[in-house]
Amino acid sequence: MTRTLRFREALREAMVEEMERDERVFLMGEEVGHYQGAYKVSEGMLEKFGPRRVIDTPIAEAGFAGVGIGAAMVGLRPIVEFMTWNFSAVAFDQILNNAAKVRQMSGGQLECPIVFRGPNASARQVGSQHSQAMEHFYAHVPGLKVIAPAFPADAKGLLKSAIRDDNPVLVMESETLYGVKGDVPDGEHLVPLGEAQVVRPGNDVTIAAYSRMTHVALEAAAALEATGVSAEVVDLRSLRPLDEGTLVASVERTHRLVVVHEGWPYGGVGAEIADRVQRLAFDALDAPILRVSTLDVPMPYSAALEQACIPQPGRVVRAVQRILGARR
Amino acid sequence: MLAETPPSEALDHLAALYRRMLLIRRVEEESARGYAEGKIGGFLHLYIGQEAVAVGAMAALGPDDYVITTYRDHGVALAKGMPARALLAELFGKVTGCSKGLGGSMHMFDHEHHMLGGYGIVGGHIPLASGFAFASKYRGDGKVTLCFFGEGAVSIGGFHEGVGLAALWKLPVVFVCENNEYSMGTPLSRSMSLEDVSLKALGYGMDRDRFFADDVLEVERRIGEAVRRAREQNSPTLVEVRTYRFRGHSMSDPAKYRTQAELEEHKKRDPLARARALLVERGLGEGSLAELEGSVEAEVTDAVKFATESPEPGLDVLEETTYKGPFAY
Repeated sequence: MTRTLRFREALREAMVEEMERDERVFLMGEEVGHYQGAYKVSEGMLEKFGPRRVIDTPIAEAGFAGVGIGAAMVGLRPIVEFMTWNFSAVAFDQILNNAAKVRQMSGGQLECPIVFRGPNASARQVGSQHSQAMEHFYAHVPGLKVIAPAFPADAKGLLKSAIRDDNPVLVMESETLYGVKGDVPDGEHLVPLGEAQVVRPGNDVTIAAYSRMTHVALEAAAALEATGVSAEVVDLRSLRPLDEGTLVASVERTHRLVVVHEGWPYGGVGAEIADRVQRLAFDALDAPILRVSTLDVPMPYSAALEQACIPQPGRVVRAVQRILGARR
Repeated sequence: MLAETPPSEALDHLAALYRRMLLIRRVEEESARGYAEGKIGGFLHLYIGQEAVAVGAMAALGPDDYVITTYRDHGVALAKGMPARALLAELFGKVTGCSKGLGGSMHMFDHEHHMLGGYGIVGGHIPLASGFAFASKYRGDGKVTLCFFGEGAVSIGGFHEGVGLAALWKLPVVFVCENNEYSMGTPLSRSMSLEDVSLKALGYGMDRDRFFADDVLEVERRIGEAVRRAREQNSPTLVEVRTYRFRGHSMSDPAKYRTQAELEEHKKRDPLARARALLVERGLGEGSLAELEGSVEAEVTDAVKFATESPEPGLDVLEETTYKGPFAY
């Protein structure tokens, strides 16, 4: 049996269930309590759990990220919400130098079971400082895990797994997905980290994406179907660990790959996937791997320019047509 | 130790503190030697001159209380109970080191003794200390966290955010600023608008204290007051302990920013020599003193031998210390 939930409700259910299950889990962040969450993800949680376990913080990301890491090091299991991942930039040192490294620096004596979560990448016309795709920076760092669900069911199942993980896990959400509805299985629903999912089967090309870009990829696949092209869409769900097995199996069937993500083209998740797939499935590839990313400029405010910068279904279709052209 | 402690116990206590200070001094001297001989690489920041701070402060703590500090961490680690073997083996990059040779001089960790590490980014560890204290309050476990840092850390955001949150949430933590007068080569007068670091507490509505670390018993007493406030009232304190390092910032620092006369003046106030003189004054006999100092010498010699003879870590430690469970690639 399933129920239809919005993305934000699925995230909330995951947190509520894990907090009911485990006294060590708590939620901390800006406006998560009395304000009911900047994007209403934590709505009602303060009333349910009280101020001991749903903690409003001042605007001090480095401070409360560090408090969360410290609490995790001595046995609690914090969920730290960033109002947006953009603001994690001022807490980058905490995540990079403390959360990711304390296990290594202590020779394995200490652990850091913490979840950082919040909306990532573009919203609508919020300008260059509020539109960044931060997952590329974090997926680079050994010691961290990074997930980016696209559907409510995965949001719930992956967040629950993240909370139970003994390592730091960063959950990339999307402001523009919070209202999206989807079926979520009843009862205990866990999705393991590191498993991609084929969300649309196809034969001619693989389109790999995650978070909101999975929906863009699905739109592109629908448009391509109308032109007689059968595209397979792989929703990565998890960026580190990355499910290269599912990607390679798909490419071995379709022989072509386009990767779609927000964030700039220099380096990043798309470049990583291109490297792995050309190494692991070189003989299967019939065309170069292409990436569709945010344009290589700071995000503009202008609505028209912003849409031009963010990957759109049309750009994905054109990328697919370009590598299918290589067949002819 | 309370004022009404019987004289013999008080003498034993002072002897134990002196022994720990001497152990730190001797381990640091051997570290300097090991560095000169090429057995220790990277950065090496010695604690020589500041021993009374760590030893006095730790005497005011219980074994289950948490401690965290900066990269100048050898003294704090030894004072909290880390064996000299584990510390020197870590410096020598051996698998028997406290962190399996992965951390080195700046990252001394001893989970068993609740020494939760030395950290290399100035001020970055201060919010972690508030996190330990947050967990203690959350669980009601009665533990206190002691957080050490230099006066150089007081200018960076990590200090203000970590201290500010501890004050806001009334966390059981004591912030111990070891003011050794120089942040690397920059004197306090050129790095801060105030001469009195403890005044920073006022803006956070926090208790504060400020004193010289010449006398290890005075350090114990004053830190003890702050620890009690933390434990009994969940009230954090900023304590500025004024001290002096006799060596450069690190091994590569000839310390040309200060005069020899200034250094010699401070060496006259050496807290180690002062503790020894106090022991003699209070009646510890020649024989007992020689026995104590001999046992430190034996411990250090054993630790150096252990570190020298221990094997280096193998590649197998790398992945298992990066992630708990399967490697996330």
